[in-house]
Amino acid sequence: MSEPVLEIRDLRKSFGALKATDGVSLELRPGQIHALIGPNGAGKSTLIHQIAGSLKADSGSIRFLGEDISGLDMAARARLGLARSFQISSLAQEFSALRNVMLAVQARQGSSFRFFRQVTSDRDLTEPAMAMLERVDLAARAHVPAAELSHGERRQLEIAIALALSPKAFLFDEPMAGMGPEGSKRLTSFLDGLRHEAPMLLVEHDMDAVFALADRISVLVYGRIIATGTVDEIRSDPDVRRAYLGEAA
Amino acid sequence: MSRETTVNLLLALLLLGAPLVAAGMGEPFYVTLATRVVVLALAAVGLNLALGSGGLLSFGHAAFFGLGGYVAGILATHAFNGEPLFAGIPATTSMPLIWIAAVAVAGLIALPIGAISLRTSGVYFIMITLAFAQMIYYFAISWPAYGGEDGLSMSVRNAFPGVNTAKPLPYFLICYAALMAALLLFRVVEGSRFGSALQAARQNGIRLAAVGIAPFNIRLVAFAASAMITGFAGALYADLNRFVGPSMLSWHMSGELIVLIILGGKGRLFGPVAGAMIFVVFEYVLGGITERWQFFLGLILLGIVLFARGGLLGLLSGKPRHV
Repeated sequence: MSEPVLEIRDLRKSFGALKATDGVSLELRPGQIHALIGPNGAGKSTLIHQIAGSLKADSGSIRFLGEDISGLDMAARARLGLARSFQISSLAQEFSALRNVMLAVQARQGSSFRFFRQVTSDRDLTEPAMAMLERVDLAARAHVPAAELSHGERRQLEIAIALALSPKAFLFDEPMAGMGPEGSKRLTSFLDGLRHEAPMLLVEHDMDAVFALADRISVLVYGRIIATGTVDEIRSDPDVRRAYLGEAA
Repeated sequence: MSRETTVNLLLALLLLGAPLVAAGMGEPFYVTLATRVVVLALAAVGLNLALGSGGLLSFGHAAFFGLGGYVAGILATHAFNGEPLFAGIPATTSMPLIWIAAVAVAGLIALPIGAISLRTSGVYFIMITLAFAQMIYYFAISWPAYGGEDGLSMSVRNAFPGVNTAKPLPYFLICYAALMAALLLFRVVEGSRFGSALQAARQNGIRLAAVGIAPFNIRLVAFAASAMITGFAGALYADLNRFVGPSMLSWHMSGELIVLIILGGKGRLFGPVAGAMIFVVFEYVLGGITERWQFFLGLILLGIVLFARGGLLGLLSGKPRHV
């Protein structure tokens, strides 16, 4: 098997006495969707935050494309090709959907220290951004401020922004949250096609989506990974059934 | 043309037309009053870049305003006495050179102040910018070489090639041109990639970092650029009054600049202009009636903060649109 794109070794993070991340090791390989599941409060989002750089781990290493990124801040990690979406949509609220994506296109193209050319007439920004909105079916809403988009549309916009970064890996934190069955189904098939652009670490509560998408699943409980394996291995793992899946599986 | 553009144009014309009429009627006092509006507006345009676009509530911009003023005053004093500045560098009374020096000094001082202040946010940012400005204020007071508490008087206004700056109207026109140039620059920069990143940093710094743009760097450059414009205004203000004193550096001045922006409309191109017009007219009209005019200004400010967040421009031209 090829080298992992993202490799986490013995990551630890405590908040006081609470061990939110307790010796987590994880690998994300090319072409894979690796799902991270677990009950509420298991530390899934905390883990995503540490990988993305918005939280600093207490110890352990995070290697991305063979490089140790533990010391880098969020922006530097994003520039290396780590694109994330947020559990709760995090957008520039006053900007239109298009300008939110344009910001990502601008970041990917390099320096933001350009002071004269107007962005709204800069086709190097508008055209790639519009193309991303079309991919997520949001082109018709391109000029609506992010604050006025519906919940589902904001989730789509988050994905469009991540796509616009042409990343080397996706970190998606509950992209389906609050989407409704129809939207979830569409997003599932969309994410399915993304694995060939870049591998994806996917935190998700929607088990139908997880079982349909994941090449590998890791189960996080109280900050520890209690099992990692294929969909079938996880579904039949007795510990996992007891800790998390219950009768749903 | 959007409604806001029309309002902006009208404000620009009013600000140009009123002193022209006053000069024609032989009322130089009103020309000087209009120059005061223009220079304060310019200082607030600088602050508007940090505060309006970038969301950085600097409570220390008087530092840059005063530094610009002292650069003008010190250079003029040395030149008047025929002394070199230091290390044999000649002083000058040429406005363009003084402006370059004022802008450079403001920018150079703003970089370290910004680099430290921007590690904080919210109330801490407000307090630390205030603290830096007060340090410079007390430094000016305790430095007798340049007047200390009494400040520095300049016996003549500095020179601009081909213009008689001693007359109110030509000096007004110089300041007006400077303001318009700054507004144009503000407008262009706001629409650029840098401006987009700066506004995104205000709306959601995490989002900006998540696409790979470090908000700190963007904010620092904006803070320095903002200080440079305010420093430029400080140099013009010193020449307007032919005086520079520690009051230009005091926290009252910082507060006044913030008030101008809130009155006119935060983050709007002509917000500082509208704010400076209201402020100076109030100061003059109400100030003529009662010494307590600031009480009434306070009432108006209260009304705007409670009922018209967009300031005067918001009232006149409705909500801003980001396309």
